[in-house]
Amino acid sequence: MRNHQGMEVSFAAAEAVRLCNVDVVAAYPITPQTHIVERLSKYVADGKMDAEFVPVESEHSALSLCIGSSAVGARSFTCTSSQGLALMNEIVYLVPALRLPIVMILANRSLSGPLSIWNDHSDVMSVRDTGWIQLFAENGQEVFDHVMIAYKIAENENVLLPVIINMDGFILSHMFEPIELTGQEAVNTYLPSYRPRFILHPDRPVTMGAYTMPTLFTEAKKAQEEALLASYPYILQAWKDWGTLCGRVYHPVETYYTEGAETLFVTMGSIGETAGEAVRLLREQGQKAGLVKLRLWRPFPLEDFLREIGSAQRLIVIDRALSPGGPGGGPVAGEIRAALYNRENRPQVFNFIAGLGGREVTVGSFQEMFVSSVSGKASGYQIFGVRG
Amino acid sequence: MQEIRFHGRGGQGAVTSAEFLAQAAIMEGKYARAFPSFGAERRGAPVTAYCRISRKPIYLRSVIENPNIVVVLDSSLFRSFDVASGLSEDGILIINSTNDPASFTAKGSRRVVTVDASRIALDLLKLPVTNTVLLGALVRAADIISMDSLAMAIKHRFNEEMALHNILALERAFQEAAFAPGWQPLLEESAMREGGGI
Repeated sequence: MRNHQGMEVSFAAAEAVRLCNVDVVAAYPITPQTHIVERLSKYVADGKMDAEFVPVESEHSALSLCIGSSAVGARSFTCTSSQGLALMNEIVYLVPALRLPIVMILANRSLSGPLSIWNDHSDVMSVRDTGWIQLFAENGQEVFDHVMIAYKIAENENVLLPVIINMDGFILSHMFEPIELTGQEAVNTYLPSYRPRFILHPDRPVTMGAYTMPTLFTEAKKAQEEALLASYPYILQAWKDWGTLCGRVYHPVETYYTEGAETLFVTMGSIGETAGEAVRLLREQGQKAGLVKLRLWRPFPLEDFLREIGSAQRLIVIDRALSPGGPGGGPVAGEIRAALYNRENRPQVFNFIAGLGGREVTVGSFQEMFVSSVSGKASGYQIFGVRG
Repeated sequence: MQEIRFHGRGGQGAVTSAEFLAQAAIMEGKYARAFPSFGAERRGAPVTAYCRISRKPIYLRSVIENPNIVVVLDSSLFRSFDVASGLSEDGILIINSTNDPASFTAKGSRRVVTVDASRIALDLLKLPVTNTVLLGALVRAADIISMDSLAMAIKHRFNEEMALHNILALERAFQEAAFAPGWQPLLEESAMREGGGI
């Protein structure tokens, strides 16, 4: 612990962006992402970061600007939350289609209405099908590490796709905790300068963002999906290289007490830590509980997931967002049910919607979910702890 | 694990207090997390902040319902709600108040410390910001953090002049803290050690 420094996770995120030698930051402040942008703005103003900081007038402009800067070869960063992402939405789809390696931190916050500034995953679920690589961080260290990792993945010539790093708003963004920072030299070794093969340049004209007739659109989208799926081994490689550098090793699906587990929680983001505590306590009581955490959301690590759930009898899938009127429960549970459909001996899936709009999800919450699922009292889909 | 909850009003520094405490603990090689009650920040509105300290990694991010220590930066909050809610019987209650600590013990046999942090803050900092001041009383009352580590945490965040004044305030509160009868706080020399109570 002696190498760790106490800092707010948002500041650690900003420090990571600085260490990545980002050339352009374009962002509009929105709670709970604000501290990241404020710190980056200060870095640039104080001369501690050699970048253009563009205080744009909206998130739509923030990402539009990043498209321009990334297209001319500048390492570009933006971050937002909730309504900001909603306002940005039109542009979010363009970035993967243009194959631009922009990195965005999303300080996850619920989408209005009712108006709420607090944490859930409704914002990120609204961009699920945009074609970005999407990762979830569980704690401040993972947020810090994944800024470097995200650029490493995104800028790989075999990938060239944008990456969203999800960090739970407030629960992570405003948490002060110990973080081990990586030195500039080590980051430079891991993440060399961005040298794209194709850039917009008046002397070497190329077309980016072309108009597509019906005869080509389908092929373009297929190529885009193939590129996203093909990014998987390079994501693993980026994690492996980071592990070699820092000793912290990441996987698409993280597990905790899965060996011999009959019941597995499935989580994404910071509640994984809380779920882990609940699992540890359940194991102490002799219950065969375990935990599977999805770090990689897009591309979905299906094979890893199926391997890690092994022969568990039941999955308790936690969704931090609603999919109102949908057939499969919350967005995560719906996908997992679909993924299991063709599998023999598939586990029962219990889906709990929890932690909407900042509602606390405690160790006790997970214990309750466990008891009601194992005893068969839980239905396949319910909103945990809801009144009325 | 020690769980400390801070109650203040927006602008008094409850969040900064929690962060200083966590920073000092991390500087001692311990694990710590600090966070505010999340919401729209407004000056004067009640603010709660939390700090957990442990020698082992901490995995909890939920609010602290059963604190070992409660620090009250503004005693007018007693009129609004039960700031000592969930505080254990042997828990420590540190209050910014000119009143005798015994006047706060009626609600239970709790270990109460009072210090006139507002006056110390106005004297030394020229601002009614009582965050670092009350931490001085906390060092005296609970064996969880050393004065040196707190001073280091303050120097890490503030410029030299501000740090100096805050450390003076910290030391003044350490000296002036008044303890409820029947409770012996730490001896000065043991309170100066790296917090061994965790």
